[in-house]
Amino acid sequence: MTVQSTTLLDPTAELQPSERQLLPRLSSLAGATVGLLDISKPRGKEFLDEIDTLLTGMGVKVKRYIKPTFARIAPTELNQQISVECDAVIEGLAD
Amino acid sequence: MFLNQATNTSYALVVKKDCPTCALIEPVIAQLAETFNSGLSVYVQDDPSFPVAPVPIDDTSLEYSYDRNIEIVPTLIRLASEVGEEARIYGWDKKQWQDFTGIEDLGQELIDFKPGCGSKTHDPGMDELLALRFGSSKLVARAVELAEAEDIMEVCFDRGWSDGLPVVPPTPIRVIRMLKGTVRSPDELIGIIPPDNVPCTIEKVAINAVMAGCKPEYFPTVIASVEAALQDRFCMHGLLCTTYFSSPVMVVNGPVTKQIGMNSGVNALGQGNRANATIGRALQLLIRNVGGGVPGGIDRATLGNPGKYTYCFAEDESDDDWPSLAMDRGYKREDSVISLFAGEGLQPILDQQSRTPESLAKSMAASLRTVANAKLFMLADAILIISPEHRRLYRESGWSKADVRQALVDELVTPGAEVIRGANDNAEGMPEGLKDKQLNKFRDNGLHITTAGGKAGMFSAIITGWIASGEKGSQIVSQKI
Repeated sequence: MTVQSTTLLDPTAELQPSERQLLPRLSSLAGATVGLLDISKPRGKEFLDEIDTLLTGMGVKVKRYIKPTFARIAPTELNQQISVECDAVIEGLAD
Repeated sequence: MFLNQATNTSYALVVKKDCPTCALIEPVIAQLAETFNSGLSVYVQDDPSFPVAPVPIDDTSLEYSYDRNIEIVPTLIRLASEVGEEARIYGWDKKQWQDFTGIEDLGQELIDFKPGCGSKTHDPGMDELLALRFGSSKLVARAVELAEAEDIMEVCFDRGWSDGLPVVPPTPIRVIRMLKGTVRSPDELIGIIPPDNVPCTIEKVAINAVMAGCKPEYFPTVIASVEAALQDRFCMHGLLCTTYFSSPVMVVNGPVTKQIGMNSGVNALGQGNRANATIGRALQLLIRNVGGGVPGGIDRATLGNPGKYTYCFAEDESDDDWPSLAMDRGYKREDSVISLFAGEGLQPILDQQSRTPESLAKSMAASLRTVANAKLFMLADAILIISPEHRRLYRESGWSKADVRQALVDELVTPGAEVIRGANDNAEGMPEGLKDKQLNKFRDNGLHITTAGGKAGMFSAIITGWIASGEKGSQIVSQKI
């Protein structure tokens, strides 16, 4: 009996996900600006208000951002704005 | 010795033993060889023992026949070395062969005419095989070579290519056959597939359509489903990632549904029809394999729903006076259209007692009220599937589809006070601020109506939509096939 070799065509994107290094962590919040991103999930605002109060109490500068809808990825402009204006960002992800 | 050395004319003759016309002209072949000597090359497609003289060139691989695009045997080609093929004749037509070769008594003793036979290159399935072997098929997907001991079905599971059910192994020949279902080039980009946002070619769509079990004739519908899913309004990325149940639901309208044998009748939303089952599955596999949307990875559904394997059906368009879903969306009856809706499950509406349209509309409205939650309004869209018996009741009562829709909308208008948070000792509901408003259950254009199902059964149904319906999330989309 001859065994025939078989070839299949790869149905995937054939991509090796590029490994992205984490940015260096902040060693201190002193002088840092922290962005708070509300993704428009219910009660995200309340959660981030609390974080805002805590950070502000620590003397950290806080900036607030809102995604138009949780159902869609953030607009590129918003990502760029946050990356330019902040040293770190905290996202209120779930409801 | 060439017949005409000045122009370097030579001849190629392609025959097969299995062809009675080729057998008939065996003496002619010998006569041609005597005249042209090495200026004649005879290629045989099936059996190198034919003809006896001259010794033929073995073309059982069909490479020469494929390259020369031979359709009929025998085919006699006149070649000029400068320009390649000058002219060709096929079958047996005595006068024609005599004129073509300049041999006045060629085949004098034979009958005047006998048509040829089909070339072996045109045997069923052969074209794709030869395209793969000798053609420029332009397939560029990575070839995965299996070891002898590997089980072809298990390989597909092991590599993570499956939705949990067996897939048809995507061999190159199957992919080439699938690509015959479209005029679009394999290397054409169809779009960027979420969630990994990867550029996707028609070839990759074809590979996944093969795996889903599609026939090539379904492929244009599969392509249209992918294009629909990639419309920004549909929000495929968010739909895939949601913790909610929803996933693409496909409704197909128009002549294509009959051409490819889709089911719009008995058990239309159930198992058993290959086109329904595999077209819906192809998109899901594409999102998984090309887009990288894998359950537990970026697909975060709490429960999911069985329609995430496949959810595709055709509309019953047997009533000319009842507009189809596609027509509601601006298309014509003769257009073939696929619509994608972010939805899940099937919620029955049983009504066997109503004999007036008003009464039946009340049943339907009462069921529609419970979409997502009976106290949540303007949140999730829905598709109402009206069964043929229920449609008949409306039609015999003189109601149009627009009348049905209006009755449902009217019936569902609800005072805010009844459904605000806390009302009826239930914390879920609409914001307090809507207490004094009259609320609509659905957004404008959020309630879609279609027809499907067997002729017997006063059972309609609701496909409930994603709670992120509308501009903030997903809206129904349609794509011409």
